[in-house]
Amino acid sequence: MDEISSLMHGFSVALSPMNLVYMFVGVVLGVLIGVLPGLGGANGVAILLPLTFTMAQTPGGTTSAIILLSCIYWGALFGGAITSILFNIPGEPWSVATTFDGYPLAQKGRAGAALTSAFTSSFVGALVAVVLITFLSPFVARFALQFGPPEYFSVYLLTFCAFIGMSKGNPVKTIAAMMLGFALAAVGLDKVTGQLRLTFGHTELLKGFDFLIAVIGLFGIGEILKTLEEGLEFKGTQAKINPRVVLETWRELPKYWLTSLRSSAIGCFMGIVPGGATPASFMSYGVAQRMSKNGADFGSADKPQIEGVVAPETAAHAAGTSALLPMLTLGVPGSPTAAVLLGGLLIWGLQPGPLLFTEQKDFVWGLIASMYLGNIVGLIVVLTCVPFFAAILRIPFAIIAPVILVICAIGAYTVAGSMFDVYMMVIFGVAGYVFSKLNYPLAPLVLAIVLGDRAEESFRQSMLVSQGDMSIFFSNGLVGSMTLLALGLLAWPLVSAVLARLRGRPA
Amino acid sequence: MRWHRRSRAGAGGSCSSHPFNLPIGFAMNDDSSERSAASVRTLELIVAVLFFLVGAVVIYDSFRLGNKWAEDGPQAGYFPFYIGLILCLSATATFLKALRRGSRESFVTVPQIKLVLSVLVPTAIYTAAIAWLGIYLASLLFIALFMWRLGRYGFSRIIPVSAGVTVFFFLLFEIWFKVPLPKGPLEAALGLS
Repeated sequence: MDEISSLMHGFSVALSPMNLVYMFVGVVLGVLIGVLPGLGGANGVAILLPLTFTMAQTPGGTTSAIILLSCIYWGALFGGAITSILFNIPGEPWSVATTFDGYPLAQKGRAGAALTSAFTSSFVGALVAVVLITFLSPFVARFALQFGPPEYFSVYLLTFCAFIGMSKGNPVKTIAAMMLGFALAAVGLDKVTGQLRLTFGHTELLKGFDFLIAVIGLFGIGEILKTLEEGLEFKGTQAKINPRVVLETWRELPKYWLTSLRSSAIGCFMGIVPGGATPASFMSYGVAQRMSKNGADFGSADKPQIEGVVAPETAAHAAGTSALLPMLTLGVPGSPTAAVLLGGLLIWGLQPGPLLFTEQKDFVWGLIASMYLGNIVGLIVVLTCVPFFAAILRIPFAIIAPVILVICAIGAYTVAGSMFDVYMMVIFGVAGYVFSKLNYPLAPLVLAIVLGDRAEESFRQSMLVSQGDMSIFFSNGLVGSMTLLALGLLAWPLVSAVLARLRGRPA
Repeated sequence: MRWHRRSRAGAGGSCSSHPFNLPIGFAMNDDSSERSAASVRTLELIVAVLFFLVGAVVIYDSFRLGNKWAEDGPQAGYFPFYIGLILCLSATATFLKALRRGSRESFVTVPQIKLVLSVLVPTAIYTAAIAWLGIYLASLLFIALFMWRLGRYGFSRIIPVSAGVTVFFFLLFEIWFKVPLPKGPLEAALGLS
């Protein structure tokens, strides 16, 4: 069991006093970000990324930096549940399903129980995903060492086709959003030929669009604008968690072990295949509702079910965590937040991908060990500090909103020290507001900006190898099956539409 | 990532409870102000046209770059050409669908768009002001204006909050993390830049 000894080594890296402080700071900041409107996992990490530049230059600093940033992410995953349950406002998109039963429970005076079960199931979901990462990622990395450009291209193709095939929304809009991302990624210098693309003589466009700006604008500014429509006030129930409630809830939770297990499986699957935490939480809620004997009471105002909180929270956290697996092993992020973390790795001078596991053992295993520790720290922090975080939401919107907008502007500026990025952020903000109201998905847009250049590069490298012969994408079993799977997923919305029509009109 | 908020009407509980506490006349007479500023269909059509235009620009540029298949593989414009083409096709599909059976539901009501603009316009001015006021002074004024206009706070609250936040960010970025942010005449006068 190589993994166990590597993991133990990782714990020795992660357990330094300084790293524990970063973990704690990260989780608290993360919960705060998760609770505040307009700040979420992806843009929160994006804004704080520039602060780690100096930190990453010290010896061992990259490990501390990734621990800080990943703990912000865990914190944000926990924090989303607080606003969902107490205020009926999902602080994060993946906690929408948590409001269905969480808020009615809080209204019935069971806020403590709902919060405890949300946090505990988040923890369980994350734990399952981390165990999966521990044992599966070295294997995937070893496997991926033999990947060439065609294999990488098929992985990228699979990522993008999975978005189209698995999205619940309109596939045409998913494609449009994704292509917009590719177009934005193409702006700037073409690395292969040295030609300038889509710059039309503007020097600001030479370096292209940074996806971090898109993340801050789309998710940050866009979300604030959406929040505004609902008015300026938050109204919520009081939160108190005392040890008695926690223990009582913990006694009740083992009853739902099957739901937890199922939700973890759904979450891990949706995280690795880039579906993301949000669809995972909805899917898991739906499955739990269908399978549970109390399914009819799910989401009802009279008899809200704890199980209806357990299912989405477990899946969201499992998906959010396991999205880091393809990011670390292949360099292909499964979610916008994983993409931001990947961006961090690149800025610090680390090349994500299979070589990371052989060349940066301290970093990788320190990070994996910190996932265990960070989630334990997270669970303790949220269980003890709920009233404090809920109080944050009682700060009037007229104070909190301008401060968040200022933070977004500073974050956008610090990415590259350019004012042009700040203006772009506002434009992305308007786009994010309109897109999310028209159900254009934002995640494929962001991932296309991140991966567009690299997908194109691996395609062109493959073409150089094969002298322009497309059959290279079917040249061996591995690349062939991945390409086929991708094409299958791409065709899936069409196939299912045809099937639905056939079923609707029996011959 | 989509962020579905359940609408007020569907949320039940505390959210929908407060209009009922108001006198009936008050709740009713803003019927006219709840009128829609634009329908979902209109916005769908506008956004589809914009997507199409982006696609057209990308295709146009790909011709300049060369969008053919050279001997050593695709030219620089090869990928963009197809990206642009798919963008135009998907935009056309969305446009036609919205034209035929777009939802006439409200995309945004008049009071909503007023609120959104009351934040968006100052934010745009704020980002423009950063270039010549520096980020700190601009942020201070932005927070103060926001609190005054939208929160209707008095100066006794506005000054400590806006100044406190700005000073905290100055310490955080310039002193602790040594990340320089844009500075303007105020910092120059104070000898801080």
